[in-house]
Amino acid sequence: MAEDVKDRIDEKVKNNKVMVFMKGTPDFPQCGFSAHTVEILRSYGVQFASEDVLADPAIRDGIKRYSNWPTIPQVYIDGKFVGGCDIVHELHERGELEPLLKSASEK
Amino acid sequence: MISPEEIKETLGKAIPVTLVETQDLTGGGDHWQLIVVSPAFEGKGLIEQHRLVNEALKEPLGDQRIHALSLKTFSPAQWDKLGA
Repeated sequence: MAEDVKDRIDEKVKNNKVMVFMKGTPDFPQCGFSAHTVEILRSYGVQFASEDVLADPAIRDGIKRYSNWPTIPQVYIDGKFVGGCDIVHELHERGELEPLLKSASEK
Repeated sequence: MISPEEIKETLGKAIPVTLVETQDLTGGGDHWQLIVVSPAFEGKGLIEQHRLVNEALKEPLGDQRIHALSLKTFSPAQWDKLGA
């Protein structure tokens, strides 16, 4: 991955307590998995930043290498990779997502 | 397109599995939802558990025989706790 792409991803992950790399935008998601992920985050009323990977092929490819994770969306909380749609859904169901989001927002 | 038997066989070669349930989400044989229970997941977080499955299915994922994969993973202890 080109160094500048890694730096751009790094900056977004570090400067946003909750960062979502997704297909489309939160209001106009272009994929069911991205839509579901945003829906879960919104249910907690937390602020999050997002990046539309469809608008930037370098990020779309780069983010998969960055996390060594093959799919999009990808959610980062407090600078750490949390997972994609399945994992966010599972954490939500287990009641483990709220404490993660809460501790991030308090920092 | 891939068969449930091929998924189970490919997974079983890579990691010990006590249960693999497959669901063909679209009927087209390339969008799958899997429930996987494996002792290899013991003590691991969800990301690592999913990584093991993705790694095991790297070939069919890479050549698009599996186009989309939705995962639910459990260690045997986690699975027993669900009472399933």
